[in-house]
Parts: sequence; structure tokens; C-alpha cells
Amino acid sequence: MAHMLRGATAIVGLGLTEFGTLPERSHLEVMAEAAHGALSDAGLTAKDVDGLFVSNFASPFLALQAAEYLGIDPTVLDSTNIGGSTFVSHVQAAAMALATGLCNVALIAYGSTSRSGGRAGQTRGPLGRVPYEDVYSPRNPIGSYAMAAARHMHEFGTTREQLASVATSARAWAAKNPRAEMREPITVEDVANARMICDPFTVLDCCLVSDGGAAVVMVRSERAKDFPKPPVYLLGIGMAMTHDQIAQMPDLTVTAVAKAAPRAFGMAGISRDDIDVMEFYDAFTINTILFLEDLGFCAKGEGGALVESGAIAPGGHLPVNTNGGGLSCVHPGMYGLFTVAEAVEQLRGEAEGRQIEGAEVALCNGNGGKLSSQVTAIFGTGATI
Amino acid sequence: MSDNRTFDSPGPDAIYRAALENGAVQIQQCGGCGAHIFYPRAICPACGSTDLGWVTASGKGTVYSTTVVRQRPERGGDYNICLVDLEEGPRLISRVVDTPPDEVRIGQPVEAFVGELDEEKVVLFRLAEAG
Repeated sequence: MAHMLRGATAIVGLGLTEFGTLPERSHLEVMAEAAHGALSDAGLTAKDVDGLFVSNFASPFLALQAAEYLGIDPTVLDSTNIGGSTFVSHVQAAAMALATGLCNVALIAYGSTSRSGGRAGQTRGPLGRVPYEDVYSPRNPIGSYAMAAARHMHEFGTTREQLASVATSARAWAAKNPRAEMREPITVEDVANARMICDPFTVLDCCLVSDGGAAVVMVRSERAKDFPKPPVYLLGIGMAMTHDQIAQMPDLTVTAVAKAAPRAFGMAGISRDDIDVMEFYDAFTINTILFLEDLGFCAKGEGGALVESGAIAPGGHLPVNTNGGGLSCVHPGMYGLFTVAEAVEQLRGEAEGRQIEGAEVALCNGNGGKLSSQVTAIFGTGATI
Repeated sequence: MSDNRTFDSPGPDAIYRAALENGAVQIQQCGGCGAHIFYPRAICPACGSTDLGWVTASGKGTVYSTTVVRQRPERGGDYNICLVDLEEGPRLISRVVDTPPDEVRIGQPVEAFVGELDEEKVVLFRLAEAG
């Protein structure tokens, strides 16, 4: 019997701001622009919203701020923060709230001015000091991910060039996306020879720091066809975590995707082979390699060879991060919602210049913290219902 | 071990820090399941017991992973960040010092000592003597 959440809800509105530098604007203004875009896309206004899902790194009371700012009178309000995978996790929370009738129109929204606003722009905030970690100044999150990459290279012989091919693939997709920030082609040598940040990562192994926002509107499926755009149905979703501090991660080469993804596939009732396009939170180049392995697209340790083969790049058989990802499209501090946004564009057939022809099923993987939390979501077109 | 009270004052965090101030690296051992635990907890993450006692770590460990945080010389220059597996089992984040940071290798044996970073006592590591 199908899971009660399979196909029970759908995304009917999508809003994106410009990506890059949005000077002299507040994070709430950017969030509001994305929210307005998503609601307009669905033919709605903020007055129709009764479920609000927001989060950022700086505002403990963001749900209150955002509801007040947008003029929303919510019955469900959620600003849980599990790192950048938040927003994919909000899709699960929104689906539960919608399916149980706690709310009828859910808005998931994010805006940040991480580049222009610095500390005030939501990349950093009063997160609190991690007591047994921060005293060593590990330059988190970069240092933690770098140690995952180093361990992967040590155990499996993953190469500098293989890591770089994740970045060149992302850039090749970004070149096709008019919205992406970084569209100039780069080579494996460019990545390897760029400024070293935390070995083995150069600056081109690391995601961008951007201003930007995204928002989606979700409703129950029974009314999803009443909106202007083709619904994008939630087929399955699963979350898992392994740790907060990197020293507590049991195995730096195995992420919680290995636990989250089977939950999502189980709910969706589909297999890996049914996936047409994937959107990962590629905070660093190692992420994509780890996620491909933990999703089972290759054996553990063979992710480097898989990405080096061109499989995830334009023309490959496993298209990943068709918008250019956090590495080349946009990364405003927390990227989770942008994986969902690109899945929606792909499944609507609106991914101009980079459309995967006939895409019916998309997989998103949100990553949070220091490879800490993982949320896998599987979306489908009406044909999958 | 059985009379340990992890919910009393001082708590495990404070006990650990006081020992560190005196130059000792103490880790917990669970009286319920025997697991060694770091960082200090009030409840064993392996079995849920509150019967947690203290043992002095041998200080012997192995580098599990390592990176070099690259930093301009005027800001203090490059430094090592690593994960070390203690021989008792727990893994901790630290730095290997007294060695060029890019010469630290996964698998190298290291030895703990109590040093200081930003005027705070911390566990640091040096490469262990060969042999």
C-alpha cells in the first residue's frame, strides 16, 4: 500500500529572485520578493497562506518576523534549522501539515544577502560556540568537508582531478542557465591551480557566497490542478542525520544519505533507475561524489571515477545540478530550497537552455551542517501519480 | 564509577575542564556498556546510561583525517586541523603541532598534550616518536 504522503501534496508556485549581488536590501526584502513571486506564480497572495516555513542562520524568531512582515495569519509556523538541508525538510513538514488539514496553503521561503550584508546578511549569526570544536578554528564548514575529502582520497584513491570534475560539470550546466552567477567555462586545471583554502580544496571546490532568495507554494493534491502551472507532486521524502560536530561523524566517507534516501524511495515506491534529474546541495565538490555513492549510483569509493566519466555533466546519463548548483549558480548561505526550485523548473519543462527532455521524476538532496543532516525528496509530474 | 552523578554540580563539562587546567586529558567510560566517550556527556550516547566515570586517556592516537587551513602569514600563517582516533576509541578534532601542517598524514601515530589556543587550555597533538 502506498504511503499516505505519496502524491498527497504538490508544489504549485515557484519564486526566485535574481542571484548574485543585491546591494542595500535586507534579507526580509529578498525573502519577500521570492515569496511574492511564488504566490503570484500560483495566482495567490500572502493572505491565502496559512502555513509558513522559514529559516536562516541569524534570526531565532524568523518565523515571527517573516509572518509579521508578509502579513500572514498562520495556523502552522515553523522555523526549524537543521542546516542547509532545511527547506527540503520543510517540504516534509509542510506535506504533513497539509495532509492532516492543519493548513491549506504552505509557503516555504528563504532570502539572504550573504554576499552584500556579511554578518547581517544571514550567513553567520548567533549560532553559539561549538564547545569542543570551535576553539581549534577549523574554518567550518570548509575544514570539516575538506577532511571528508582527504579521507575519501586516502581510502579510495579519489584524485584531485576527480574532485575538480564535479566543479567543471557544475560550471558546464551553469553556462546553460541564464540565471547562474558563474558561467565562464573552467577546466580541471583551473580548479586544481586555484587558491588553496583548506587542503585539498581550492576556492573552486567551494560553493559561492551569494545574495538571493527562493520560495515555493505547496497545497494538497486534490486542488493542485486548480492553479495556473502544472503541479509538481511530492512522491517521497526521507531525512536522517549522523552528527553535529565533525568528530562525531562515524565514517567521513558515508553520509546520512545512505539512511535518508531509502526512506524517500520507499515512500515514493520507485527506484534509482526512475530518476531523470538530480539536484544536490553541492556545498563542496566532495558532496556530489559522496551523495552519488550513498544513493547507490555506484559502489562506495567509485564516485570519483563516475563524475570524471562525464556522467553528471551536460550530455551525461546522470544529470546533476542542472542549474549549476551551489558551486556555480547561487549559494546564499543556505541552498536547500534551490535544489527544490530547480527540480520544479525541470519537471514543469521550464528549464530553458538546460531542460532534461521528458523529465518526469526529480530527486533533491539537501545537506546541512558539516555533512550532518541529509534530506532526500523525490518529486514527479502528473504522469507519476 | 557507580556513584557518579552526571546531573550534579559540577557537571561533566566542568569536571573535564578542571582536569585539563591541571594538565590531564580525561575521558569518560560508561559503567553500563564500557564505551569510552568524548566529548563529556551526562548520558552515554551508546547505551543511555548515566553511570559515567572518568579515566585518564593514554594520549596515544592515530590521525583519521587532516587538512591545512590556509591563512596569510600576517594573520598567523597556515595551520593543521585533524581528527584523531584515540586508542580508547573516541575521535576528537584537534591540531598536530610542531610539524609543518602539510606534512601531517592520515594514519600517523600521534601523542596528546595539553596546550593553549587563544589562552584556553586544549588538547593538542604531536607526531609520536618513531618505533
